[in-house]
Amino acid sequence: MRFILMMTGTRANWDEYAKWSKEDLEQNVAFMRAFGKELKDSGVFVATEGLGWPGEAKMVRAGKNGEAITDGVFPESKEFLAGYWIIDVESPEQAYKIAARASAAPGPGGKPGGIPIEVRQVLSGHADLGL
Amino acid sequence: MADRLDPPIEQLLREMAPQVLSPVVRRFRDFAAAEDAVQEALIAATEQWPRDGVPANPRGWLIQVASRRMTDHIRSEVARRRREQVAAEEAERLALQVEGAAETVDDDTLELLFMCCHPALTPASAIALTLRAVGGLTTAEIANAFLVPEATMAQRISRAKQSIKESGIPFQLPTAEDRAQRLRAVLHVLYLIFNEGYASSAGPQLRRADLSDEAIRLMRIVYDLQPDNTEVAGLLALMLLTDARRAARTGPEELVPLAQQNRALWDRQQIAEGIALLSAALPKGAVGPYQLQAAIAAVHDEAARTEDTDWPQILALYELLKHMSDNPMIVLNHAVAAAMVHGPRKGLELLNALDSDPRLAERHRLEAVRAHLLEMSGEHEAAITNYRNAASRATSLPERNYLMMQAARLSDLRRADQ
Repeated sequence: MRFILMMTGTRANWDEYAKWSKEDLEQNVAFMRAFGKELKDSGVFVATEGLGWPGEAKMVRAGKNGEAITDGVFPESKEFLAGYWIIDVESPEQAYKIAARASAAPGPGGKPGGIPIEVRQVLSGHADLGL
Repeated sequence: MADRLDPPIEQLLREMAPQVLSPVVRRFRDFAAAEDAVQEALIAATEQWPRDGVPANPRGWLIQVASRRMTDHIRSEVARRRREQVAAEEAERLALQVEGAAETVDDDTLELLFMCCHPALTPASAIALTLRAVGGLTTAEIANAFLVPEATMAQRISRAKQSIKESGIPFQLPTAEDRAQRLRAVLHVLYLIFNEGYASSAGPQLRRADLSDEAIRLMRIVYDLQPDNTEVAGLLALMLLTDARRAARTGPEELVPLAQQNRALWDRQQIAEGIALLSAALPKGAVGPYQLQAAIAAVHDEAARTEDTDWPQILALYELLKHMSDNPMIVLNHAVAAAMVHGPRKGLELLNALDSDPRLAERHRLEAVRAHLLEMSGEHEAAITNYRNAASRATSLPERNYLMMQAARLSDLRRADQ
């Protein structure tokens, strides 16, 4: 079963992150690297990506003639995706356990961040309703 | 299909790829179909050779199999095309013919490169096609290297071949007047392949074809074909001199800048080779941008320690380079060199010219350099702001992490002082 594990933050969260000490940043980067390696070594890794800064985000809508209209105005409360992991596991419980690991990534002062990770199932292409 | 090929067979097939494609294209005059046929022949070889042994005439074998695929393909289109005469015996004859025509192999490979790097193709298409047709990489390897699914890369290559077909580019060496321009296009594509490999060497990667090594390998082929061309020598030298530092670029930190690299890890043999190539090329007179960039790399590589770097030399070389090219990256690097020789204020002044340059697409590089120079001139508050701006605009995770840590390092210092 495939699940996506998503880490998000408001612009304020991102701005705080940018102000962490060098040591805290290093610990977090090291943790993320080790976490990714764990996923690969245990054979559950499918994909992972980190996304660009919210300041560079654009919202695109189709104009009258199908042209792309872009703007970068978002509400303060908007949660911006920071990154995701897609894993292939035996059960939702296994996915939640792994998400808890990601959530424990160290934050300021090296303490476990406890950042919430959204877990959603990735729909498969399976087509069998037994009809 | 064999999961992992015997390295010698894999190597042999990679080398043979362009040498098989060229005669087939020449005979059948259909690049796209020929490329498919050669791919099939290579796949057949990967299945049969480990089992039955490498044939006595591997190239002939591949040409024969590819030609048979071509005639099958043509026969099935006989209603639409008027080439019924092409038969299996032709294929046999062709295979024997090319056996004795060793001299044309070189010209063929050059033609192939010119075709794959045709200016009508987008850089991404040219890169993919070159790696496939000349490099002999599989679609899967190329896809892996560029982080796209295999089917996507297959489609990209297919469309590139279609472009060539539609543009009616003939499979022949360009005229003497076109040749210089077309060779520049080839060098540019190989330069891009090298950079892609080099830039991606920071940080762990899934198993993938090593693009830098492949670029150097293809560059050596071009150099063998055009040994008297100084820009060809210059680009090969540049690749060797840059690649020589590879082992020192990655460490526990994902990105180790030049000034902090452990120079004991640099490949001295590669540096010596690069310098030899450059020394032979420079006196010939036609000094171009690749030679200049190689010369700059050589000056860096010759410094035993960072503090021994001959910055005035580097500045002079960038000044020459600036006259040849208005590439904003050169302006950026020139500003850094100027700062090292005349002080950071001078460098910062030069950066201002780039603020309004629309061609500097990756603005984070400008902000990163500005931050570095501001730090050098003691303006830490402004440096922190610029490092953070650069970080927020970074296009890669290693770059973002690095820039954030520079901001954090300075910020920690300020906090400690308070």
